[in-house]
Amino acid sequence: MEAQLQTYRPLLTKFQSLIALFILCLGISIMSDKFLTVANFWNVLRQISVNVCISTGMTLVVLTAGIDLSVGSVLALSGAITAGLLRNGIQLPSSNLYIGFTLLGATLAGLITGSGLGWFNGWAITRFKLPPFVATLAMLTIARGLTMLWTEGFPITGLGDSFTFLGTGWFLGIPLPVWLSGIIVAVAVLVTNKTRLGRYIYAIGGSESAARLSGVNINKIKIAVYSIAGGLAAVGGLLVTSRLDSAQPNAGTSYELDSIAAVVIGGTSLSGGRGSILGTVQGAIIIGVLNNGLVLLNVSPFWQQVVKGFVILLAVIIDKSNSKAES
Amino acid sequence: MNTLHPMPSAPCPLLVAENITKRFSGVTALDTVCLEFLAGNVTAVIGENGAGKSTLMKILSGVYPDYEGQIRFNGEPVRFNSIRDAQACGIAIIHQELNLIPYLSISENIFLGREITTRWGTLDRKAMRNKTRELLEKLKLDLSPDTLVAELKVGQQQVVEIAKALLVESEVIIMDEPTSAISESEVAVLFDIINDLRRENKAIVYISHKLDELFTIADRYVVLRDGKSIESGSMQGIDHDTLIRKMVGRDITSIRRQVNGRVCDTLLSVENLCLKHPVRVQENQLKNLSFTVGRGEIVGIFGLMGAGRTELLETLFGLHPKRSSGVISINNQTSQFKAPIDAIQSGFALVPEDRKKDGLVLGLDVQTNISLSNLKTIEQAGLLSRQKETTLAKKYIADLRIKTPSEKQTARNLSGGNQQKIVLSKWLATNPKLLMLDEPTRGIDVNAKNEIYKLILQLADEGMGILVVSSELPEILAISDRILVLCEGCLTAEMAVQDASEDSILKAAIPKTI
Repeated sequence: MEAQLQTYRPLLTKFQSLIALFILCLGISIMSDKFLTVANFWNVLRQISVNVCISTGMTLVVLTAGIDLSVGSVLALSGAITAGLLRNGIQLPSSNLYIGFTLLGATLAGLITGSGLGWFNGWAITRFKLPPFVATLAMLTIARGLTMLWTEGFPITGLGDSFTFLGTGWFLGIPLPVWLSGIIVAVAVLVTNKTRLGRYIYAIGGSESAARLSGVNINKIKIAVYSIAGGLAAVGGLLVTSRLDSAQPNAGTSYELDSIAAVVIGGTSLSGGRGSILGTVQGAIIIGVLNNGLVLLNVSPFWQQVVKGFVILLAVIIDKSNSKAES
Repeated sequence: MNTLHPMPSAPCPLLVAENITKRFSGVTALDTVCLEFLAGNVTAVIGENGAGKSTLMKILSGVYPDYEGQIRFNGEPVRFNSIRDAQACGIAIIHQELNLIPYLSISENIFLGREITTRWGTLDRKAMRNKTRELLEKLKLDLSPDTLVAELKVGQQQVVEIAKALLVESEVIIMDEPTSAISESEVAVLFDIINDLRRENKAIVYISHKLDELFTIADRYVVLRDGKSIESGSMQGIDHDTLIRKMVGRDITSIRRQVNGRVCDTLLSVENLCLKHPVRVQENQLKNLSFTVGRGEIVGIFGLMGAGRTELLETLFGLHPKRSSGVISINNQTSQFKAPIDAIQSGFALVPEDRKKDGLVLGLDVQTNISLSNLKTIEQAGLLSRQKETTLAKKYIADLRIKTPSEKQTARNLSGGNQQKIVLSKWLATNPKLLMLDEPTRGIDVNAKNEIYKLILQLADEGMGILVVSSELPEILAISDRILVLCEGCLTAEMAVQDASEDSILKAAIPKTI
């Protein structure tokens, strides 16, 4: 019996998230007949697409042994910038100059904002050797404050059908946000597995000094990774703003926690060097299904948080015992 | 069978291991090992890497509670389920990597987990400080009990570990490679302490790769080979070569550089190289160093701790661009390195001293480590080719005879010698002109050492310039063509190997103002 377990152990470990997901889905579908419907399927995938975008960037950051706490605020500011430019343009008070923004221009401005803030994170971390936790914690507050200033504390709404199409539209029977997050994941998988950048990310997380001595430009890679994370948070911001047809000043609050949870449940080590994008996607799906299931089962939102917390704990405990069994 | 020779007038064995067997998921690390350790004796446990020394020590000190066989302490059968159990019984282990907490004081470290409290339940700092002072006095460490451990030298930290062992009245003290990171003078202090402990009838178990020091300190030896206890006996009448033969089970022909006195053209030339101290900016860690390395020449660099050996290699490799000055030229071309990548592109390679931390990414597999500094060569249309990567790795696994189940094995799971070969592979794949090696054989067993020496000689014969830092004199003398001696950042001697001796090198390495 034990010998059998030993032979299956690697397989079990490899597919543990999928197995957990399957059991979760099975359980919920037994308890609720609304779960296994086509409408709910797309609903869940659409809901998690924002977290998948953010968590893809977060995975890259965590693989370098860093963390990005600012993604929620960066998401809010990027979304607000796009919405504000689209709705109001820029009115220069001194002259009577008014600059209007096309859809493309406003979207690009939002993305540039996000990756710019991410770049700033990376610059502060590498230039002043700040712990990523501290630098991005500061950015969490800074970006939230800037969002409040930009929106003056009120939602920016009425953004037009062509913009809201991004968050609500369908293409070939699949919601656009799912397309977008799917493409992002595919590119990220390629980058992590098949490019120098990806290899350097793993090497830095595994041993920064060994990577440096191998000729890796640590600062450049780190700044790139934080910029990507900021840019992907901005994509999340576009999706959220577009779906609601409104940029909320407090959008994205505590999204960094869901994102870190997805990364950790997906088996990426917080000390860096070990993990994968696809693991994180599975983690995000597990959290999404869990959220959806608890709502369908009419569990109180307060209990939902408690359950989610225990799931995170469980995931990390299983992961620990696996890596122990390996060595 | 195992041959044990209990001496007729020997003191009674304090700690006895009988038929200890330990398996790790199919691999037998220890196979019916029988050993005994006597009170009032220093017993050297010798064996190559992977012979089972550390596994055995971990069983004796309670780290691995799960094993077959019997341990007797003072004649009584005992079984330790934790390190605490072993400590309570009187067995203490001092690991190679010291386990002290840097920002606690000496006294707080010594009493960690066994603090003395007043009757109010608060810490009795005074009592702990007094006891610490007593222990430090006994161990001749002239420091206040309130000194932070972070401020101590490695040798002093070791003494604190010993104090910790003495506090719990340990009868058996296991020392794992205690001299691997300390200077000669600190070794002398350590040996004094060990001699005192022997006089107090403690049993000392001493593990070391440096065979020479065993003749100074050990009374008995125990040989482990491939997880089996081969034999034991008195150190008296045993010489160096006999000991090695017992360890490896066969004769090892030692390597000597064939000095053919040829003149080689200059590959690397360094002029007035200076390196500022990172904190004390007025001070220089390297002072006006000028030297050359020829094509196909092996230049050995010797120096005591703090002489600037490692800093020299790091500076040449472009790791300290802001603090260094001077002219470095390779092939008569002056180079300014802002980062290691510039040095690598100019044909430099550095095998660092701490291979686990700086040489390898331990969590990645063999092929990923080998390709790390060569990713451009395995790219195809901008993407990494797994196939090319595997081919590259397989070539070096075969060429350097790296013992690994496959190129996909995690680097952490390989032995020190094989890990070092991976680091070498990584650099050889960059086709360097100048190979710099920092303590290339530290913590590596005799066989792997010889293989690495042979490789270095072969590379030099093929025309590579080699700069090797070592703190082991026999090593420097065996492989170098020319020897540079550093002392406190200055170049104090430069000699051809035929004119060099251990005496002359040491004389140049020891600071004059003591």
